[in-house]
Amino acid sequence: MKDTTHSQHGGVTLKLKLLFKLKPWLLSDTPQSAFQASAGRAYLGLLDFLNNRLAVLGLLIILALISVAVFAPLIAPFDPIQTDLSNRLQPLSKTHFFGTDEMGRDIFSRIVFGSRLTLYVIGLVAIIAAPVGIMVGTVSGYFGGWVDTVLMRITDIFLAFPKLILALAFVAALGPGIENAVIAIAITSWPPYARIARAETLTIRQSDFINAIRLQGAGPVRIITGHVMPLCMSSLIVRVTLDMAGIIMTAAGLGFLGLGAQPPSPEWGAMTASGRAYILDHWWLITMPGTAIFMVSLSFNLLGDGLREVLDPKSEN
Amino acid sequence: MLEISNLNIVFGSGAAKNHALKDISFRVEKGASYGLVGESGSGKSTVLNCLSGLLKAWTGTITIDGQAQAPKRNAGFYRKVQMVFQDPYGSLHPRHTIDRTLKEPVMIHKLGDANRRVEKVLDEVGLDSRFRFRYPHQLSGGQRQRVAVARALIMEPGIILLDEPTSALDVSIQAEVLNLLKRVGKERALTYILVSHDLAVVSHMCQNIAVMNHGEIIEVITKKQLAEENLGHQYTRQLLSACKGFNREIINDFQDY
Amino acid sequence: MRSEPLLTVENLSVLFPSPKGDVQAVKHISFSVGQKKIGIVGESGSGKSVTGRAVLKLLPPYARVTADRIDFKGESLLDKSEKEMRKIRGRGISMVMQDPKFSLNPVRCVGKQIEEAYRTHRKVSRKQARQKTLEMLSAVRIRHPERVYHLYPHEVSGGMGQRIMIAMMLIPEPSLLIADEPTSALDVTVQLQVLAILDDLVTERGMGLIFVSHDLELVASFCDEVIIMYAGRIMEICDAKKLHESTHPYTKGLLNCLPRIKGEAEYLPTLEREDAWLEAPLGN
Repeated sequence: MKDTTHSQHGGVTLKLKLLFKLKPWLLSDTPQSAFQASAGRAYLGLLDFLNNRLAVLGLLIILALISVAVFAPLIAPFDPIQTDLSNRLQPLSKTHFFGTDEMGRDIFSRIVFGSRLTLYVIGLVAIIAAPVGIMVGTVSGYFGGWVDTVLMRITDIFLAFPKLILALAFVAALGPGIENAVIAIAITSWPPYARIARAETLTIRQSDFINAIRLQGAGPVRIITGHVMPLCMSSLIVRVTLDMAGIIMTAAGLGFLGLGAQPPSPEWGAMTASGRAYILDHWWLITMPGTAIFMVSLSFNLLGDGLREVLDPKSEN
Repeated sequence: MLEISNLNIVFGSGAAKNHALKDISFRVEKGASYGLVGESGSGKSTVLNCLSGLLKAWTGTITIDGQAQAPKRNAGFYRKVQMVFQDPYGSLHPRHTIDRTLKEPVMIHKLGDANRRVEKVLDEVGLDSRFRFRYPHQLSGGQRQRVAVARALIMEPGIILLDEPTSALDVSIQAEVLNLLKRVGKERALTYILVSHDLAVVSHMCQNIAVMNHGEIIEVITKKQLAEENLGHQYTRQLLSACKGFNREIINDFQDY
Repeated sequence: MRSEPLLTVENLSVLFPSPKGDVQAVKHISFSVGQKKIGIVGESGSGKSVTGRAVLKLLPPYARVTADRIDFKGESLLDKSEKEMRKIRGRGISMVMQDPKFSLNPVRCVGKQIEEAYRTHRKVSRKQARQKTLEMLSAVRIRHPERVYHLYPHEVSGGMGQRIMIAMMLIPEPSLLIADEPTSALDVTVQLQVLAILDDLVTERGMGLIFVSHDLELVASFCDEVIIMYAGRIMEICDAKKLHESTHPYTKGLLNCLPRIKGEAEYLPTLEREDAWLEAPLGN
């Protein structure tokens, strides 16, 4: 039986064979290399993740968002900036899927290009805030004593202000604009990460495997980066993912208040702000970017929940 | 050779002050095995933690191979003294493969030739290369403890501190690990300091045994004295009778020391 | 009446489904418990703890438990609902676990918790319950019951905590106590003192005791009868006093690999596991 299929669908069986070979290789109880061991681990994590339908949905939406951002010029039918006053406030139609705004710009095209801004903001915030948070938290938790006191009091100062108000203050000082909005959001987002990393470090620090590596003569830098941080990583990734929604909201909020991305750039928050004046007669101006914000926030939350189930060290073994 | 004299450590202050070790002194010759027995709170593990440098606030002197040790140890110390912990589930990093765990000390001390060293030491503790790239959760308790022994051996130390190395293991696995420790101890002429609550384990492994209670060494006995029940202190006798199993008559006479 | 055992278990099996293949934790085991001390001994993974939990239906819902018969005092536990089981747990069969700290509520003083355990099973006044609690605390040899009554779980030592736990489990006066490694976290002397309390309860009240442990020597000296388990099967059931004369290779192997204070051998004999043990039916 197998032989006939082989001759007829050589390509397909080859692929299947590779897959069949790959699976035992991944699930092997006796990996032959460090790479195989970590690949096997990742594969099991992936299987877990794929079992969570909502998380996969979240991931799909985010992947869609990323590809929209990458291929924005190909997807968008119109220029997002170019105004056309003869064509303003058009309702939804075949040419303008989401209608046009008060300057006659195609809302669909603006949302498509706006996805770039959104990704830019959350990407940069995550790249700045998460490393700062984990560094401050692990160092503070590992050393304890006065290092801990100083770092945690600084963290407390940042935590003492409501996030949006603090971001507003920073943007007001730095001047409006998307870069400054990113900096302001990053400055206000790291303290919770530092708190989480510190709490994790405090328990990890007590464990025998940290004592063991200390007895091999490892210094604090090696212990913190090689032994403590990897264990803080999973809860941090989950937290950052769940925070993405908040970051999008803050960015949109700043945009809405006129302190984020400046007109005419197609930032979703700024779009809802300018659509506000037309909410009763021309609902699509505010609804379309609002829905986009909602969808992306929700999908990050779903993804975060799914990741928590996969990465949570407590659910292991 | 290892010598401790007048080792003291005090935790806390005021009402919560706890004089955890009181004038501990003993001496272990090269290649000998020294046992510390006692119940929880006797300070037996604290002695090891002072010796290994994990605790720093002690007073007294610790001399290893003629060198007095400061509370903060230098890199050379870790190549001479290594430790095996009680809990095989907690002493290996959960996200590191066995290979990485064993290579780490080689990297830290820039010993070089990491692959060969790892292979050799795994072979020495009786784990074949199949185990090399596994994660700790893919190993049984006994196998993990073998890895912990391998990690201590890879630095080629002269002294190994054993903190209840088998108390978390099943008796059949305990026998295997004790045999392993005895064999490598003989082959490498290792000095062991063994901490345990189990008199039988200590007497199997060690020639000299210090009995500890409330931070003090109350008696030092030899393996032979223990076998002949030629014991000086009442507490040691009670400990020995408790190790013999349940006997309704003698339990009523137990005292708190 | 005396000849009728308290608990009869026939052909009990427990299966844990798992993605890597189902795990059969307990395989077709049968035993009975009278008003005496039965020890269940085995290594980790032998199914000894699972057996105790299966009897009380305390296993997680995904575990598949099958048995021909689990009878307690002539009543079948197999078809009891969760609600009916709750009545049996505590007053009929009670259980003490290894670590008391996890089983006690950390924010309530221990006296109140013991009192509550009593009042859920008996309709008595608060005053009577308190009186009974203090009596129970002194029964487990706690020297100042009045003082201990008001302590919180974190304020008591391991040995004291385990005595409190035992007091709490015994206050509804169960007919059968399942003790799952109740003393293995304790120092040897404290361990024996706690066992002495259990021993008194068996002889004075005629309680049945299932003592689950990994410590063969302790069980041999403490219990009346020993059940030896390996890989979910019963290897043998024998009189505790005759354990040292056992001819079963597994029992002999386990006893041999213990280090002895009087032992002279350089190396300990190790246990050679035989596949035949997994196949052999229990001959009784």
